[in-house]
Amino acid sequence: MGGMNALASRLVQAVMVAVLIGTATFAMMRSLPGDAAWRIAAGRYGYDNVDAAAADAVREELGLGGPALPALMQWLGDLMRLDFGNSLVTGQPVIEEIAHQLGASAALALSAVVLSLLIGPPLGILAGLRAGGALDRALLVVSTGLKAVPQFLMALVLIVVLAVQLRWLPAAGHGELRHFILPSLTLALGLAAVNARIARGAMARIADMPFWRFAQWKGLSERETLMRHGLRNVSVPLITYLGLQFVTLVEGVIVVESVFGWPGIGHALVHAIFSRDVPMVQGTALVLGLGFVLVNAVIDLAVRRIDPRVAA
Amino acid sequence: MIGTLLAMTAALALSTVSLQAQADDRLDVAAQFEIQGPEPSTSGYIFTRMGVSETLVNAGMDGQLTPGLATAWSVSDDGLTWSFDLRDEVQFHNGTPMTADTVVNALEIARSKPGPFGTLPVTGITAGDGTVEIALSEPFAALPAYLAEFRSQILAPASYGPDGAGFEIIGTGPYRITAMEPPLSLDATAFEDYWGEAPKISDVSYSGVSRVETRALMAESGDADFVFGLDPASVSRLGMLDDVEVLSVAIPRTLLIKVNAGHPYLADPQARQALSLAIDREGIAKAVLRYPEGADQLFPPSVAGWHSDELEPLAYDVAAAQEILDRLGWVVGSDGIRTRDGERFTVTLTTYPDRPELPLVAAVLEQQFRAIGVEMIINVTNSSEIPSGHQDGSLDLGLIARNFSLIPDPIGTVLSDFVGNGDWGAMNWQDDKFADLVQGIARGEGDNLDREKASAILQNDLPVIPIAWYQQTLAVSDSVTGAKIDPFERSFGLQEMRWAE
Repeated sequence: MGGMNALASRLVQAVMVAVLIGTATFAMMRSLPGDAAWRIAAGRYGYDNVDAAAADAVREELGLGGPALPALMQWLGDLMRLDFGNSLVTGQPVIEEIAHQLGASAALALSAVVLSLLIGPPLGILAGLRAGGALDRALLVVSTGLKAVPQFLMALVLIVVLAVQLRWLPAAGHGELRHFILPSLTLALGLAAVNARIARGAMARIADMPFWRFAQWKGLSERETLMRHGLRNVSVPLITYLGLQFVTLVEGVIVVESVFGWPGIGHALVHAIFSRDVPMVQGTALVLGLGFVLVNAVIDLAVRRIDPRVAA
Repeated sequence: MIGTLLAMTAALALSTVSLQAQADDRLDVAAQFEIQGPEPSTSGYIFTRMGVSETLVNAGMDGQLTPGLATAWSVSDDGLTWSFDLRDEVQFHNGTPMTADTVVNALEIARSKPGPFGTLPVTGITAGDGTVEIALSEPFAALPAYLAEFRSQILAPASYGPDGAGFEIIGTGPYRITAMEPPLSLDATAFEDYWGEAPKISDVSYSGVSRVETRALMAESGDADFVFGLDPASVSRLGMLDDVEVLSVAIPRTLLIKVNAGHPYLADPQARQALSLAIDREGIAKAVLRYPEGADQLFPPSVAGWHSDELEPLAYDVAAAQEILDRLGWVVGSDGIRTRDGERFTVTLTTYPDRPELPLVAAVLEQQFRAIGVEMIINVTNSSEIPSGHQDGSLDLGLIARNFSLIPDPIGTVLSDFVGNGDWGAMNWQDDKFADLVQGIARGEGDNLDREKASAILQNDLPVIPIAWYQQTLAVSDSVTGAKIDPFERSFGLQEMRWAE
C-alpha cells in the first residue's frame, strides 16, 4: 500500500470519526438529566443569579426543546459546511473559541512531548545499553513510580517544590514562556516514564542482536554503533507509541489545564459539559477526535520514512 | 555518547533555573471567576471589582449608599419619580463624555436582560439636563441600591451591539482594559482621564484560576499579589507565612437549608424546628468551615437593621428535637429511622459543588439528622437544580449559600426570597404579616423595628434553616499596602492600594 493510499484511508477515517463523534455527543448531551435551559443559564449568570426568569430568557433565545432528529440533521449539515455554530454560554462562534483554546493546548502538548523526548529516550537508551546495570534498575523504579503518580498530584508537588519552595517558576498562569515549564514538565514526566521504558526495551533488544555485535567487531566505537545502527531502530517503536500517548496527553491536558489555570481545550470541554453548552462540547470533542486521526496519519508517514521495511 | 546525553540533561535543568520568576510592577489578582465575555449582565461583577466599570450608586463598607457616577438622588413626594444628578466631566475610556443619554441607554439595556433591575416596577427612564429620571408605577424605596448592583453598570454606547449584547467593556472606572482573553485573563492600566483620584498602582491584571489549591499556591509563591477566595485549609497555612497577609471579614452571605414547606413531612413549622434543633452549628462552623461561630439567626450582624440581638438564638438540642418528632407522631423504627403511617421520614437534600464546603456540610448534616431519626439522601448536582426544583415542586431540602448583598440593601433579596416566592428563597411558604411588613419597608415606610419583627417571623417559622454566616478571605502580598475586603463584594479596592516602600 502506498503513501497516498494510506492518506486516503485516514481521510475516510476522519469523516467517519466526525459523523460518529457528532452523533454520539449529540445523543449524550440530549440524554443527560436536567433541563438544558437551566444549566445554560447557570453557566452564563452564575449560581447566585440563576432563576426562572434567566432560564426562560435562555429557552426563548435559543429555541431549546425542539424535536431531536431535525436538530441532529441541522448539526450534521452545519458540520459538513464547517459551521460549528455559536457557544450557548458566551454567544461567540465555537470555531473562534476553539481556535483560541486549541492553540494554547497544542503549544502545551507539543512542549510536553518535546520535553519528554529529551528526558525519556536518552535515559532509556543509556539503560538499554547496559541492561541490568545500576542505571537500568534505577530507571525502572523511577519510571514506575512516576507513572503511578496521578497527574493532579504531580502538578501540586511540582508547584510546591519549584514554585513555592525554590521560587524558580510561577505557580500558575499563562502568557509568558516561564509559565510553560511547570505544566509541560508535569505532562512530560508522565510521558517520559513510558518513553524511557520503550526506548530501554528497544535498545536492549537491538544491543543483543548479531548485527550490533558485528558492528562492534568490525571496529566501530559504541557511540558510532549507536549513531549508525541504533537510533533509527529505537525510534520506530518510540514514534509508533507516541501516537498512543496522544490519548494520555489529552487526558493529562484536561487535568493539568485546570490545575495551572491554562486556557486550553481541556478546560473548555469540562466547562462546556458542566453548563450544557452543546455546540462547544461537540466542537471540542470533534477537534480532539480529528486530532487523534491527524496524529496517527503523521506517525504513519514518519514511520514509513524511517523504516524502509514498512514502506516496501 | 554518555557525556552528550548527560550534558543535554544538565542544560535542560539550567535553562529551567534561568527562567525563574521575577518581581514585576504589575499588581496581579487571582480569583475563581471566569470571564464569560465582554457582557455586563454575566461577567459584569469582574469589571466592577477590577475598577473598570462603575455604577451610579456605590456602597460603603457598612452598606450605606454613597455617590458613584451620580452625585445625589431624590424622590418625589408620591414616591413615583426618582431623579439622579449625574457627575460632571466623566469620560468613558474611549474619550467620549458620559451624558444623561448614555446613562439612559445603559440602564435600558440592563433592564431588558435578566437581573434584579428588570423586576422593578419601572415605567420609564428619561434623560434630563445632567439628570436621569426613573418613573415607577408604585413606590420603591430601595431603588438606588438596585443601581449599585453590577448589572446596572454604566458603559459607553459603543460597548453594546445593535441587539444590546455587550462586545467591548468601555467603562468610566480608574482602570481601562488593555487586553482581555476570555475566559481566564484581563490586563488593565490606569485611565489618565479618570474623574476621581488616580490609582497609585498603574498596571493590574486579573487571572481566573478555578482551583482553590492553585490560587493558594500562587499566593504562597508570590505569583499573585491579591488572591481572592481561599479554602479553610489554605487560610491556616498562609496565615503562618511572613510575606503574605490573610484578611478575613464576615460578609452578608448565609449558608442555609432551603425547605419545601409544602412537603407533607415539613409543612408543620414544628418539624422544621426539629430539624433546626438537630444541627450542631458550632461544630460545623469550627470543624468544617473553620469559622469562629455558627449562625444563630438568618441575617449576619453586618446586615444592619435586619440582624436583631433580641431574637432567641437557634439552639442545638437533640433531645428537644426528638421530643417534637415524637409529638408529631413519628415513631423510631428498628433501623433508627422514624416512620409515620407506614411512611419513612426520608428527605432528599440537593446541593452543588461550586462552593466546595457545601457537599462537606451536607455529609455532616446527614449524620446529625440521622441522630434524630431522619434519613437524608444527598444529591450533589448542578446549582440550577435548586431553582428548577423550586419551580416544579420536586425539591425537598436545598443546601445553599445565599447572598443578601448583591443589592446592597437586603430588602430586594428579602422581597424576592420570602414574599415573591423567589427561586432561592422560601418554598410554599407565605405569611401575610411578614409580607405586609416587608412591602411597607420596600415602599420606604418601615423602620428598624419592622425589620426586627420580620426577622422574628423567619426565626420562628423557619422557611429556611440558617447554619452559618460566611467569611470572605483573601491573601495579599506584603509588597502592597492598603488592601481591604469589601463585605458587599463589589470591589477589590485596587485603586486604593499602593506598593509597599
